[in-house]
Amino acid sequence: MTGKETPAPAETVLAVRDLTVGFATETGAVRAVESVGFTLRRGRILGLVGESGCGKSVTAMAVMRLLPTPPAFVESGRILFDDEDLLTFPENRMRTVRGNRIGMIFQEPMTSLNPCFTVGFQIGEVLRFHRGMNRDAARDRTVEVMEGVGIGAAGSRVDQYPHQLSGGLRQRVMIAMALACDPRLLIADEPTTALDVTVQAQILNLLAQLQERLDMSVLLITHDLGVVAESCDHVAVMYAGRIVESAPVEDLFTRPAHPYTYGLMSAIPRLGRRSEYLPTIAGMVPSLDHRPVGQCYFAERCPRAGERCFREIPPLTSRRENHECACWNPHDA
Amino acid sequence: MIRFLAKRIGQAVAILLGVTVVTFVLSFLMPADPVRMLAGRSATPETVESIRRELGLDQPLPVQYVKYITRLVQGDFGRSYRQKTEVSALILSRLPATLLLLLGAIFFELLIGMPAGIFSATRRGRPSDNWIMAFSFAGVSMPQFVIGLLLLYLFAHMLPIFPLGGYGTLNHLVLPALTLGISGGGWYSRMMRSAMVDVLRKDYVRTARAKGMTERRVILVHALRNAILPIIAMIGLDIGIFMAGAVVVESVFGWPGIGQLAWQAIQMVDIPIIMGVTLVAAIGIVLGNLLADLVMPFLDPRLQLE
Ligand SMILES: Nc1ncnc2c1ncn2[C@@H]1O[C@H](COP(=O)(O)OP(=O)(O)OP(=O)(O)O)[C@@H](O)[C@H]1O
Ligand SMILES: [Mg+2]
Repeated sequence: MTGKETPAPAETVLAVRDLTVGFATETGAVRAVESVGFTLRRGRILGLVGESGCGKSVTAMAVMRLLPTPPAFVESGRILFDDEDLLTFPENRMRTVRGNRIGMIFQEPMTSLNPCFTVGFQIGEVLRFHRGMNRDAARDRTVEVMEGVGIGAAGSRVDQYPHQLSGGLRQRVMIAMALACDPRLLIADEPTTALDVTVQAQILNLLAQLQERLDMSVLLITHDLGVVAESCDHVAVMYAGRIVESAPVEDLFTRPAHPYTYGLMSAIPRLGRRSEYLPTIAGMVPSLDHRPVGQCYFAERCPRAGERCFREIPPLTSRRENHECACWNPHDA
Repeated sequence: MIRFLAKRIGQAVAILLGVTVVTFVLSFLMPADPVRMLAGRSATPETVESIRRELGLDQPLPVQYVKYITRLVQGDFGRSYRQKTEVSALILSRLPATLLLLLGAIFFELLIGMPAGIFSATRRGRPSDNWIMAFSFAGVSMPQFVIGLLLLYLFAHMLPIFPLGGYGTLNHLVLPALTLGISGGGWYSRMMRSAMVDVLRKDYVRTARAKGMTERRVILVHALRNAILPIIAMIGLDIGIFMAGAVVVESVFGWPGIGQLAWQAIQMVDIPIIMGVTLVAAIGIVLGNLLADLVMPFLDPRLQLE
């Protein structure tokens, strides 16, 4: 799915602009996501990577407008989906988007399915709700969708309960549920993290196949750069609630500009780089309520930090075509 | 299924046997002497002794117990000391009234407790949640006879909608059942709330929202189906708590049920009736639990009959 030279860029499906999400906590408001922006075009897979707690899930849930408010609140920003700002949608209109035009799958296939209902009911519900199908039609279509995501014996599995299925099958059920209404956008929040390595590969392959077949766009959230290398067209790297680098996948892997990305790259042995660096980056991610003010959040851990990095927040600026980086002293400058 | 039932019936027999031992010992530890209660104050020692012999109360306790159990397994609950009638006949004649009250009480408990608990859970920490929980606490902590008298005062005296007491029509049932419903509903609302709060945090609730389901459907279908299990278990256990309440409420409302029978028997130290009522209550509890265990696998397929 990569490497195709498309002369005119495909239409934009999702454009997040300057999104800042805060949480009201007992000790005051904290920002989990700050000035995040990215663009996802039709038929592309955008990877959103970063360490645990950097705000990937919050970003995804903000797009779905599923953050609990309170405590969460969107401080600023726009979430343009097919050129309409989701943040302006009333709740009932937003419901016609969720599960219909945007599907979502989660990290934990074990707990993301309701244990009290058959998988057929849970998939069919989407069709009945969004497509107005009756029970029989929904059931027939459910079996088709299940077959479409590679669930064998779908005709009998449709009446099974989640606990009767393996983790990989459950994630396929989740995918079937998310894709039942042919969404334009699929948000996959670490869809393979909880699975065995072999099953991981199967699920990633499946997602790639389905993405191509259905010509949908995918926002693939992961902290695994290997997954990114295999699946994505474009990558946005998040650090402590901000996007620090955004680039086409090959460009990012061959010429990482941000010292944080650079550090991450050298942490993946399977890319065949010389492992001169430590497998993990030294230091800690600043916690939400202890983020330094008015400086680069990575400065404390950064081997290239200069004096300016402690004075000013670096903005995300374009370096090459499609390659943006938020750093005062990037690699390869 | 067969194995499950066999196991449960075995357990039930053991429990019931234990119950008979405990009630038997307890009723003889009561400070009052049933024989003297029967004979009256002016009876001669000879009369007292003859009554004692007649009732078999002159024999050692273990012998009495063995005799009691031997008759019990033949379905003989004994005779009332005072009324001389069969205990089983007395209980049977009063069972329908108490069962009716039980159904009415559970109806009001659920009618009050479930919506209050669900509503509270969805508004956790907000003023409406605090208010509901304050009310449920009041319902739980107020003595049942106070609730009963309050209801009588409000809805039979001030606004004469319901009769002051008695038995016969559905109208007679409302106030006694509501009394039990208010005190029990407090428990149900707390249980419902905590189960619901727990379930609303689950990943599958987030999934249901991500599917575009209405909040109403998320709560009443996806979450409730999971949160209702502890409620079902509680209904099964409730029969024991209910019997204690029935003693009070049946007396307040003149409801001719087993509770009233038990209350009179306790005052008269009519041990066969006390034993019989306790045993019937225990059987009720065992059956209630069994029923709850049989229903739950239908609601949660992960539960298997073990
Ligand atoms: N309800 C909440 N209240 C307060 N803080 C929250 C809440 N939800 C998330 N956060 C904070 O927002 C930050 C970002 O969390 P998020 O779940 O988006 O991380 P993530 O990048 O998805 O991490 P992971 O890889 O572990 O899934 C975290 O520091 C988290 O503590
Ligand atoms: Mg996450």
